[in-house]
Amino acid sequence: MQDEMLLIAPQAASAIAQWLWLIPVAPIVASGIAALLKQPRRQLASSLAIGSLSLSLFLSLIAFGHIVAAWAANAPTREVVNFTWIEVGSQSVDLGWVLDPLSAIMLVMVSFVGLLIFIYSIGYMEHDENFTRFFCFLSLFAGAMLGVVIANSLLLLFMCWEIVGLTSYLLIGFWYHKPSAAAAARKAFVTTRVGDIFFLLGMVWLFAQTGTLLFYNDGEGSLESGALANLLAHPAALGLTAAGAIGLLIFCGAVGKSGQLPLHVWLPDAMEGPTPVSALIHAATMVAAGVYLIARVYPLMQAGAVFHGLAPGSTPALAVVTWVGAITAIFAALIAIAQDDIKRILAYSTVSQLGYMMAGLGMGGVAVGMFHLITHAFFKALLFLGAGSVIHGTHEEQDIRRMGGLKADMPVTFATYTIGMLALCGFPLLFSGFWSKDGILEAAKHWSVTRTPFYLLVFGALLTAFYMTRQVAYVFFGYWRGRRQAHESPRVMTRPLMILAFFSILLGFIGTPAWPWFQKFLSSPAAGAEMRGFHEPGLLLLMTTSSIVVLAGIVLGAWIYGWRSPSPDEPDVLEQSARPIWRVLRGKFFVDEFYGATVIAFFWWWGRVADWLDRRIWGGAVAAVTWMFAAWARLNRFLDTNWVDGAFDKGCDELSSGGGLLSRVQTGRVQTYLRLLALGVILLAVILLWSSRA
Amino acid sequence: MNGFPILTAIILVPIAGAAVALFAGKHARGVALLTALIGLVLSLVVWMHLPADGSIGMVERAAWAPSLSIEYHLGADGLGGLMLVLSAIVTLMSVDAAHRVHRQPGLYFALVLLLEAGLFGSFTALNFFHWFLFWELSLIPAFFLIKLWGGARRGAAATQFFVYTMAGSVALLVCFLALFVATHSMDFGNLAWLASTGALAAMVNAHLGHVMMWLAVGVLAGFAVKVPLMPLHTWLPAAYAEAPSPVTMLLTGGMSKMGVYGLLRIAVPIFAPQIASMRTPLLVLAVITVVMGAWAAAAQRDLKRVFAYSSVNHLGYCLLGIFALAVPAAGAGAASQAAALNGVILQMFNHGLTAAAIFWFIAMIQERSGGERWIDDFGGLRKPAPVLCGLMGIALFSSLGLPGLNGFVGEFLIFRGVFPLSWISATFSVLGLLVTAVVILTVILKVFNGPLNEKWASFPDLHHGERLALVPVIGLMILLGLVPQLIVNTVNPTVEALLANWRF
Repeated sequence: MQDEMLLIAPQAASAIAQWLWLIPVAPIVASGIAALLKQPRRQLASSLAIGSLSLSLFLSLIAFGHIVAAWAANAPTREVVNFTWIEVGSQSVDLGWVLDPLSAIMLVMVSFVGLLIFIYSIGYMEHDENFTRFFCFLSLFAGAMLGVVIANSLLLLFMCWEIVGLTSYLLIGFWYHKPSAAAAARKAFVTTRVGDIFFLLGMVWLFAQTGTLLFYNDGEGSLESGALANLLAHPAALGLTAAGAIGLLIFCGAVGKSGQLPLHVWLPDAMEGPTPVSALIHAATMVAAGVYLIARVYPLMQAGAVFHGLAPGSTPALAVVTWVGAITAIFAALIAIAQDDIKRILAYSTVSQLGYMMAGLGMGGVAVGMFHLITHAFFKALLFLGAGSVIHGTHEEQDIRRMGGLKADMPVTFATYTIGMLALCGFPLLFSGFWSKDGILEAAKHWSVTRTPFYLLVFGALLTAFYMTRQVAYVFFGYWRGRRQAHESPRVMTRPLMILAFFSILLGFIGTPAWPWFQKFLSSPAAGAEMRGFHEPGLLLLMTTSSIVVLAGIVLGAWIYGWRSPSPDEPDVLEQSARPIWRVLRGKFFVDEFYGATVIAFFWWWGRVADWLDRRIWGGAVAAVTWMFAAWARLNRFLDTNWVDGAFDKGCDELSSGGGLLSRVQTGRVQTYLRLLALGVILLAVILLWSSRA
Repeated sequence: MNGFPILTAIILVPIAGAAVALFAGKHARGVALLTALIGLVLSLVVWMHLPADGSIGMVERAAWAPSLSIEYHLGADGLGGLMLVLSAIVTLMSVDAAHRVHRQPGLYFALVLLLEAGLFGSFTALNFFHWFLFWELSLIPAFFLIKLWGGARRGAAATQFFVYTMAGSVALLVCFLALFVATHSMDFGNLAWLASTGALAAMVNAHLGHVMMWLAVGVLAGFAVKVPLMPLHTWLPAAYAEAPSPVTMLLTGGMSKMGVYGLLRIAVPIFAPQIASMRTPLLVLAVITVVMGAWAAAAQRDLKRVFAYSSVNHLGYCLLGIFALAVPAAGAGAASQAAALNGVILQMFNHGLTAAAIFWFIAMIQERSGGERWIDDFGGLRKPAPVLCGLMGIALFSSLGLPGLNGFVGEFLIFRGVFPLSWISATFSVLGLLVTAVVILTVILKVFNGPLNEKWASFPDLHHGERLALVPVIGLMILLGLVPQLIVNTVNPTVEALLANWRF
């Protein structure tokens, strides 16, 4: 095995890059050990998980520092380590990992947010009987997710991607005895797999066309100029080049994983899982993997534009990414207005924000989308953990209409939640969400194709501010409408909230127009996005506009919901004023119902058709043939008994009873078969003898 | 192998074991276990000593009936060797799983070992007559195992199974007799060589007229029944469902591979141009097998029928790969052919291992449930039996094609190879992956998850012996998922050798 694992390192990778594999492998090993632990070993299981992820974080920080240092020194910022996984024919299937600014930033984010959520989980899952199993799955998730991040091969990325999907499935269905959780788990896996089968096709196409699935390999990789030129030279259907078509197929995978329209339906249901899972997997990291994937294969997506000297973001593939993102952003934000479950509101908000990221990638490039991904990871994890703290403190209550006035009972949760909410709304200047969302709006405003996404996204910002204000007003203001009095959560839960709140503010400042460190760090020449500083004409106007929009949303929300504390049974204010619209939003545009009546109904109906074909048509044909044979046999027997003497039968009887052991099977039928067999042998012998003489 | 006739030995061992087991009474299972273990060791020895260039090695050749061109001719390459190992593993699993045979254990285990001998023989024989004996030899024990130890409707199932495969065998026999009449040869290697030079078609035309195409159809049909290819599969669900689960393990793990093996060793080399000219209809049937097999599985309520159809679906990928590569190709196309063929052979092994494991788990569930196996009758089994559900879950996800487990690699390589050769059939076939996911997750949802059905509140979990027996199987799934090169290393040279000799 050692021979196969020989490392091919064209440009000598640094020791840090050589050992990068430890980052995902450490949690996976911890998960493997935890899988073998008995349930009572709770302490050990959580320590293993947290210890291994701490190691990953430590190594990630070193790797990050290494890349920043290289970048600051104008040294090459991409190191890859590749190896051959299998050899088929004369071609090899290679895997590998890559350390570059993109993966370095993601590594730090995933392991850091993950670690905080792991710690929080000790408190949140304290009373769960499957505590050990929980940390086993969580570690496996972290390892696979880190694997997605460092993969330098589309195949390795896909493999880790699927394992991430598995852990998501296992964790959504963690409380498997609940039918809703079990169903949500299956829905999540199947829906994402719809995207993944297209992803698989895109991958095998890319492999067949370029002969490699490595992203970077010293000029030979599939994202490097040689392969891209090859892909652009091959036209596919619908006026797309092979590059565009493959890019879109891969994007289908991202649509599934990142909950974009039309495959968003699984993500809100995924909230059936424990809240730390929602925070880690379904808000901060896994659902962002789709965005990360597109950022990773960005050279493929924008190949046409670069080669033909067009504006970045104008290739058909990126236009599709943009439109899907922008429509998802507004679609999910509209739904979020009319939901009452604290986690579902956040889930739709996540879908919406992922749409922003996709649109940002499509119009503005890697840095724009990734910046929002990183800031969102922190404030959305914060919001989910805050929601978990609320649920924990209110004795498993999730309906925001049955809460209220929690700002007094849960001061730490309230303060941190508000920070997260303001960051998500994009409250001006102080919060990270403002800067990252502004980057997207800025790119949308300058998009060469059309301004429509810009207006959609601005309207989405208004909606975001509105539904978050509604939620905060219901949960923290007014008077308590629940049953048992709420209490603040333990420190092991509130400390991570504080840390996340701190970063939800701080992170904005690494990507402001005044000091766009993040954008510069991520922008390789290929990324194509040009930097705009404060001096850019129109930028201040844009920032003012977006600030006004956000403030308008907050004021509107506060005006409608802030000074009232409606009883849980009273209809929502919006419901009273605009009933039909409310119904549609509340019913999530009835997408689930639509799928249920079409795709899913067809699925089971077609299954029954397949079964019916099998039993009636194919089985019927066989039955007909059998019947004909039986009829022939009856005729034969008639002739036999009447005209031919029984000598042959007798011989066969002897044959079968001579079998001794088998003679128990005197059903008559078996004799027929043996007779058939004997006949065959005799026939064979006769023909053989005859032909050998000839 | 220093002249030791190991391939003869590997066939004789189970036959001898069968003779002993027959009279061993209640010790029969022990005898069978020991025999199967020796078989596994021998097959691994063969596997380790295969020629590095992928050619057929360990050849044993002796005249048998020279006037009829019948020879005793054995040999193994990466393909045959892998199938030997698979048969040995599956037999061992099956014997281990069958610890509740109370009625005539001697006869039962003797038949199982005879079946193993049939598998070993047909994976090593290189002369038609000789091969055909083993092909039929494996059929008879399978028939009696279903007929005597099967479920309630075993009679009809066994009959259907027998008549169906017998019809396939008759087709094979007739076709090869025709070839013999034309060429005076029954040697696969010789026939393939004649085919690759184009002489075979000329000889057949001279002796029998323009029947080459019909011969190809007959041979394909003979193998298609065994694999099976839709619509020649209707014997399978009944046979798999009515056979005792350990026998189903042998049927799906071992016997279904005889069909795919036959295509690769016999049908494609000898009838390559004919298969190439029938490629489109064959691909359509393969796609139907993949997609409709999975979909039919979705409609089943009986656990064993679910996985019977799922087996049809999984072997459909093998057929897809084989038919897709039946096209003249060079350069990039040749690379795709190599990928597809490697994928097919890996899929054969991986499906055998995984499907046998799944039916093993079903056997364990049936033992505990008193024979019940309707998916709607269960629910929440994770609660009383977490280890059973966890380990079976791994096998199920391997069947679903989860990366990191063995099932993924073969499917990936098949799609990698098929897509450039026939993108339409690849595109339709990925639907099978999706439907399979629904099928398997539905089984998990209904059987493992949900509220615990009170009937199973004291459902026993796996005991230590069972866990111990399963560890190597599950371990192998993970190992081959992570390091498939362990197999590909030996299979790939054979793939190249095979492809070099096929003239489509």
